[in-house]
Amino acid sequence: MRDRTAVVGIGTTEFAKELPSTERRLALEAIAAALDDAGIRPDEVDGMSCYSMESTEEIDIARNLGFGDVTYFGKVPYGGGAGCGVVGQAAMAVAAGQCSVAVAWRSRKRGARSSRPWAGVAQRVGGDQQRWTRPFGLLRPVDEIAVLTRRYMHTYGGTRDHLANVALAARRHANANPAATMGHKVLTRQEYLAARWISEPLCLFDNCLETDGACAVVITTTERARDLPQPPALIHSWAQSLPAQHQTMTNFFCDDPLRGPAWACAEKLWSLSEVGPADVDVAQLYDAFSPLVILSLEGYGFCERGEGGPFTDDGGIELGGRLPVNTSGGGMSEAYLHGFNLIVEAVRQVRGTSTNQVADAGFSLVTSGEGVPTGAILFRRDD
Amino acid sequence: MHEGMLLPELDEESAPFFEYAAAGELRVQRCAACGTRRVPPRPMCHTCGSFEVEWERLSGRGSIWSFAVPHPPLLPAYAAVAPYNVVVVESEEDPAIRFVGNLVGSADGPLDEIDPSTIRIGEPVEVVFSSPVDDGGGPVVLPRWVRAS
Repeated sequence: MRDRTAVVGIGTTEFAKELPSTERRLALEAIAAALDDAGIRPDEVDGMSCYSMESTEEIDIARNLGFGDVTYFGKVPYGGGAGCGVVGQAAMAVAAGQCSVAVAWRSRKRGARSSRPWAGVAQRVGGDQQRWTRPFGLLRPVDEIAVLTRRYMHTYGGTRDHLANVALAARRHANANPAATMGHKVLTRQEYLAARWISEPLCLFDNCLETDGACAVVITTTERARDLPQPPALIHSWAQSLPAQHQTMTNFFCDDPLRGPAWACAEKLWSLSEVGPADVDVAQLYDAFSPLVILSLEGYGFCERGEGGPFTDDGGIELGGRLPVNTSGGGMSEAYLHGFNLIVEAVRQVRGTSTNQVADAGFSLVTSGEGVPTGAILFRRDD
Repeated sequence: MHEGMLLPELDEESAPFFEYAAAGELRVQRCAACGTRRVPPRPMCHTCGSFEVEWERLSGRGSIWSFAVPHPPLLPAYAAVAPYNVVVVESEEDPAIRFVGNLVGSADGPLDEIDPSTIRIGEPVEVVFSSPVDDGGGPVVLPRWVRAS
């Protein structure tokens, strides 16, 4: 399906720590905005794709927006690992002829503490991810990633300065993006190093934001995309991975826990592409936690294993650096919507409309969560 | 361990682990057909496809593979003892057989008994077992870890 489908519309709501609207209302606003951007009428939509953790329902979305007869709908699991698969599967349905115009979306309210998945955990915990960890106080996603991060630092000599590079790059990019919720705040290395711990070795600024908001994209065939108002973001290739013997988040029980899902996803992605990592002009790497960006730089082949930290030195992942990463501010400084805003930003880069535009961006990569079953999309400008 | 801490829900696959723990034994699931060890316990051997299992007793000795030190916000019972350590221990029999737990000074010691700044990856540890903890759902004994003597 290489280059046969494209993202032709993007839409976002306002992002904020707390918004009054319901998740349903936010989803409808984002999807309506994406369709308007695409120049496609709602009654032309016949495909729908979302996260399994999405709380809005397909029937509600379709009935409110006035979709036609929907002939493809599907969901992708694993939270922040889902986003690229959500868009990729919609594109696959378009390429296969199961639908002709698909929408994909994520609407989320996380401002309220009670909305966080671990807030209401029961006294007795089951399931392979939680039963063997939660009783001992490994309670939150950040604790699970802290264990992997410390092992990574021990094995490869990674430092807090490398993690700070990720947080500071995101903030500097957000400072140029009026839509970023942390755009008005400058972050210094001194502030990073002085910040309170959340789960050692991770501090406050190693964590993503808690955001209310929604994003949506519209996918159709490349043939139709060329007749629409926006420059198409061709889906050059995409991939998902759930690697052998992987355990989501608490991936402590296999031979090589630091080689997460990114590696298998990258292998598939590059095998389906005409290009490789050296041809990527800009990347949005899923950043629920700063170490995931470093692991993703290695997993997708931008550097060798253990070299992800030094890759971020000297502005390496900032605009003008080796590989500009998370140019909207990402999950750490724009908004955290399970990575869907990263997909929107990856599209903007091939359109040439980012607030941190990489000059002449031809190939734009976006990835979903490392540390969980994941996905990735390589967008291509339609030259 | 104290009131308000989470306990594991026991099911067909996980219950034997905690029953052996109550008897003071650290045991791990092992395929009865091909001998492949696996954690967490589950129904099927990924190597040979057998559903037949045996539970192999381990020495209880291992080393710290990694650890985290959580700080609040946390569930109240855990916030009360934060910061504390959560260790991942690699068993001496098989480096891929790892257990999540806490490094403590004694079998029933609090989670913050050990100064986190003294913990090192690679240091040798050995298993001890808590007294039975009961939240009303039946007693559970948890494996814990102390510095090797």
